[in-house]
Amino acid sequence: MKVTPDRYLTYRYAGASGDFNPIHLDDEFARSVGLPGKILHGLWTMAQCARAQGDGLALRSLSVQFRGMGVPEEEITITTTADGNVEAVQGENRLVRRGKAVVRE
Amino acid sequence: MSTATYAVGREKVREYAHAVGETDPRYLDPEAAREAGFADVVAPPMFAAVYAGPAVFPAIMESGLDFSRMVHGAQEFTWHEPVVAGDEITTQASLESQSERGGLEFYVFRSVSTNQRRELVSEGLWTNIVR
Repeated sequence: MKVTPDRYLTYRYAGASGDFNPIHLDDEFARSVGLPGKILHGLWTMAQCARAQGDGLALRSLSVQFRGMGVPEEEITITTTADGNVEAVQGENRLVRRGKAVVRE
Repeated sequence: MSTATYAVGREKVREYAHAVGETDPRYLDPEAAREAGFADVVAPPMFAAVYAGPAVFPAIMESGLDFSRMVHGAQEFTWHEPVVAGDEITTQASLESQSERGGLEFYVFRSVSTNQRRELVSEGLWTNIVR
């Protein structure tokens, strides 16, 4: 599955989730704490890993490790395997590794 | 230990579903949800992060970790009963473990969420790393 977060995605996700940490909303603030600019919410990226599993209501569990910081306006590729492994990669940057999904029988 | 109750609203579920790109009509359309056997629109699985947040964030603050150097290291959810608009979800969150590895501090929080019928809806493990 491929998904490109648009320029305003982090604002919509902040409103939807209630996570208004300025590292997701304010380029200047993000740079002041050593980030390249505003970054994606990890839980949004994890939601893409959940979406890639197909029927969300059949999901029994999902675990992920967050690694690289995702950024808006660059395509993310979610890769899944039949036995539930999942990864999210943006360019050379691995956002999620060692993801594991379990689906109800 | 921190406890919070979150009232699940139909428009909040729809707003969340749009923000994460979910298109399943059971998340968006009350009629489709009812036809599928639910009382109202169903929360997508990762909405667990939203209804558990109001209990988890205070637990993180109470733990005394250095918030300014914190990154979200790992996350796990296990889902049980479905959550639908109109539910009231109560979450208890607490610090499960604290450890140090390779100069990094690991704080693992556990959340347990139940609905108004005291049925388990989800459990979460939230790993925060302080650099």
